[in-house]
Amino acid sequence: MTDVLNAIVLLGNFVLVPGLAYGSQLALGALGVTLIYGILRFSNLAHGETMSFGAMITILVTWLLQANGISFHPLPTALLALPFGIIGAVALCLIVDRLVYRYYRQQRSTSSIYLIVSIGVMLITGGLIRFIIGPGDRKITDGERFIIKARDFKEMTGLNEGLAIKTTQGVTVITAVSVVAFVFWFLGRTRTGKAMRAYSDNEDLALLSGINPERVVMIAWIMTGALATIAGTLYGLDKSFKPFTYMQLLLPIFAAAIVGGVGNPIGAIVGGFVVAFSELIITFAYRKVFMYLLPDEMAPEGMIQLLSTDYKFAVSFVILVIVLLVKPTGIFSGKLL
Amino acid sequence: MTQTHQPTTTAQSRRNILLFGIMTLLLCFVGFVQSWNVTFSLLNMCLISAIMALGLNIQWGYAGLFNVGVMGFAALGGLAGVLVSQAPIPAAWAAGGAGVVGGLITGLATILAGLAVWRRTRMRGRQRHWLTGLTVLVGYTVMRMIIDPAVSAIEAIDPARAGFLGGAGMPIIFSWAVGGIFAAAVAWVVGRISLGLRSDYLAIATLGISEIIIYFLKFEDWLTRGVKNVAGLSRPVPYEVDLNKSAQFQEFASSIGMNVIDASSLVVKISYAILFTLVLLVILWLSEAALRSPWGRMMRAIRDNETAASAMGKDVTSRHLQVFVLGSAVVGIAGAMLTTLDGQFTPTSYQPLRFTFLIWVMVIIGGSGNNWGAVLGGFLIWFFWIEAEPMGLWVMDALTSGMPDGHWLRMHLMDSAAHTRLMTMGLVLLLVLRFSPRGLIPEVKR
Amino acid sequence: MTYLAGEMMTGGYGGADILHECSIGVDRGEIAVVVGPNGAGKSTAMKAVFGMLGLRTGRVTLDGEDITSLKPQERVLQGMGFVPQNQNVFTTMTVEENLEMGAFIRRDDISLTMKQVYALFPVLHEKRRQPAGELSGGQRQQVAVGRALMTQPQVLMLDEPTAGVSPIVMDELFDRIIEVAKTGIAVLMVEQNARQALEIADRGFVLVQGRNAYTDSGVALLANPEVRKAFLGG
Ligand SMILES: Nc1ncnc2c1ncn2[C@@H]1O[C@H](COP(=O)(O)OP(=O)(O)O)[C@@H](O)[C@H]1O
Ligand SMILES: [Mg+2]
Repeated sequence: MTDVLNAIVLLGNFVLVPGLAYGSQLALGALGVTLIYGILRFSNLAHGETMSFGAMITILVTWLLQANGISFHPLPTALLALPFGIIGAVALCLIVDRLVYRYYRQQRSTSSIYLIVSIGVMLITGGLIRFIIGPGDRKITDGERFIIKARDFKEMTGLNEGLAIKTTQGVTVITAVSVVAFVFWFLGRTRTGKAMRAYSDNEDLALLSGINPERVVMIAWIMTGALATIAGTLYGLDKSFKPFTYMQLLLPIFAAAIVGGVGNPIGAIVGGFVVAFSELIITFAYRKVFMYLLPDEMAPEGMIQLLSTDYKFAVSFVILVIVLLVKPTGIFSGKLL
Repeated sequence: MTQTHQPTTTAQSRRNILLFGIMTLLLCFVGFVQSWNVTFSLLNMCLISAIMALGLNIQWGYAGLFNVGVMGFAALGGLAGVLVSQAPIPAAWAAGGAGVVGGLITGLATILAGLAVWRRTRMRGRQRHWLTGLTVLVGYTVMRMIIDPAVSAIEAIDPARAGFLGGAGMPIIFSWAVGGIFAAAVAWVVGRISLGLRSDYLAIATLGISEIIIYFLKFEDWLTRGVKNVAGLSRPVPYEVDLNKSAQFQEFASSIGMNVIDASSLVVKISYAILFTLVLLVILWLSEAALRSPWGRMMRAIRDNETAASAMGKDVTSRHLQVFVLGSAVVGIAGAMLTTLDGQFTPTSYQPLRFTFLIWVMVIIGGSGNNWGAVLGGFLIWFFWIEAEPMGLWVMDALTSGMPDGHWLRMHLMDSAAHTRLMTMGLVLLLVLRFSPRGLIPEVKR
Repeated sequence: MTYLAGEMMTGGYGGADILHECSIGVDRGEIAVVVGPNGAGKSTAMKAVFGMLGLRTGRVTLDGEDITSLKPQERVLQGMGFVPQNQNVFTTMTVEENLEMGAFIRRDDISLTMKQVYALFPVLHEKRRQPAGELSGGQRQQVAVGRALMTQPQVLMLDEPTAGVSPIVMDELFDRIIEVAKTGIAVLMVEQNARQALEIADRGFVLVQGRNAYTDSGVALLANPEVRKAFLGG
């Protein structure tokens, strides 16, 4: 019996908890991608850099706060700085939209043109980020490191295996849940939110109904900037902030969005967790789990790992390929915002 | 062509000659100011970039396909460089060759079995997914059981110098073709999966596959030595040391009034430049011929109006697959040439910004749909990508010259000057898209 | 003076002109019907009246005022409602949300108007929580008309409201449209089912290749032997 418990705790510690945190980050990222897709109808390749930009502003403000001895103990100071990051990223999105995307909207350009334009935006934003904060690795986590330490958990339960929950993981999940709840309330209940859904559903009819497209687009960018910053900062807190990792996150984020059905917010959330858990389940080494569950003489020799962690990004890709092959419209097809 | 069109065409070709002339002048300028060695290093990279840009132009310019995985196809070309030219390592083959080959065959069999199960169980609803999944899982496990021990055995053989299977021990120039084939094969698979769906799915799929190719090359040490890199690849041109030792060459160098070291490295670079130019001209000629052929006309017809073309009975998806494979092959060739020029294969050097998005900038700025445009874009953008760094530094230095030497802002700006080129590229891309969306050498409407 | 009038409209979608000096219009409390063969430019004429098409010449007046330069949204504010031929509902939104979106420009209480729409189309009340995309063709058309009524327009423009619905549903829809017109709203509609439509029409416009072929009262057009022969199947 304790062996079974140990095995469960082991999985909880290495799959469930990190999966929830990582899944939340991906879900928030994918939500931003899906929102832009639903409203502006293009795949925003610059989204990773938007996340990175928002996280960078958050970090700069965090440093400023820390330098002035302001902290948010036991939570990470970065949470205090987050609103500034959001403002920064939103400003970036709005400026870029005004200077760049709006023109193509007026031209009614194809989504391919938007895609190239978003590459240009990505290069500029990426360069700006590296110019300001440099390409290196930044750790920004402070405050209490753990909600539950593995050792405390072991003492409490008397089990062999510990379950550790990092503060950043807790913060990530709680923030994500509140943000997602807010987004759904906004889209489902408010007049503006409904107008956004209407616009996403049928642009021409929305115009005939007197919905102002520029306002819808503006709100979409504001939400995207905020979501991107939150996702980017949470990811940075959980792992560490490094400009180039955000570009690599594009793949799992797009995989998440496509799995769920691009343009569908619920799909983005589900997709985020599907991708995150697949990644962890497939790259987890099950050796110890089997050692608990099987009698000693049957104990496995190898790591019992489906795929080395080096290839975690390949998991998103495989999921993406499976979706493209089996159901290209995603799980929740046919429903936009 | 009617009379009225003639003047504009000549004006355009005069403009093109002017543009290429300016490019030549820029390179010569570097020759006089910096050195001719630098000029030819630049020129060689310009030639390779031009070929990559041609490859992407075939995909985007001819057919409107969105390939964001140029990096991966270039890296496959690089891999070909290693696999073709490195001497085979018999000890490694003895230790794990059979296992690796067996594993790869199992892997292939698994994919085929998975596909077969998927096709055969069409009627089974949910079961279909599970059956297919199970087949793949079992096959995969068997493959891992065969391949894992073999891989460890191979990687254990002389890891400091080898630790991989080596290559075919053939002249590296063959790798240019092999690189093209590798890239084409992967492109075929990716294209089969993602073409015919929404257009940005290809973008995401290529973005993904290129990352995975790089990860594969980084971590599969038995094949590529991974991050330990493969250095000292053979060359299709003479080595500087050999030239330096040759009495004949020493004489030649003194006859043109250069010191031997400079002369030899210049000669090597010029040799590369000649080879690369030949390849570029062949590919350019073929691309132009293709573009003018009925095939090229049909491609553009499809690009400009997919619905109409498919209504006229054209098989849009399989045409797209063709063009995607061809373009990727060209990128693969360029990738192999690049590794040849470098003389080493370093998986970590493949960065999407440099290998994918920079190529996009080249194509857009040169003029999508025009092969000469792609070539010009390749030259121009590479030139500025390299020269932007000294220029950026110079600008920063000038801007901050009023500040005291150790001032933090000055230090920061000087340190970050290198990143300005990313911004510059993005900015140039956006400006061209906005104000001259057809690029420097616009597509010729035929 | 006709309440809503498109006069001598000439224009197209950027390429060749589709409309050639085409005039259509409707008065308050009236039903005006535009008929004609497929591709005659009926939808184009409706779009032109609603400002969704650049006119090269001609003008559009509403209650005597020239509104040619107004954007579609501004025309909505002026009291015009339009139900396009295709994609005229928000398929992913519920029936009620569709109606709410119809009333987007209104800042006052819309619950009374919504009640009126539900009274006109009782089935919509039943299905108000269902996504409009899941409804039958006839019900969708009701949603579409209901959506346009939510702004309490003075003019209602309908482009083939009975396309793809069964004859019974069609009759029912026509009854509803007559009811709407009786409240004093001007109804301008395009119809495929020319005979039935002309029967309820106060005015009729027969368009051929972007030009007015015949313009008369509905009854007169029905009686006109040439019209009967060419457009009403004898
Ligand atoms: N969006 C559009 N762009 C270009 N041409 C169009 C468009 N819509 C319709 N047309 C063309 O305009 C002409 C009239 O079409 P339409 O007004 O829809 O006819 P109707 O509604 O009478 O069947 C047709 O030749 C059609 O091909
Ligand atoms: Mg019509």
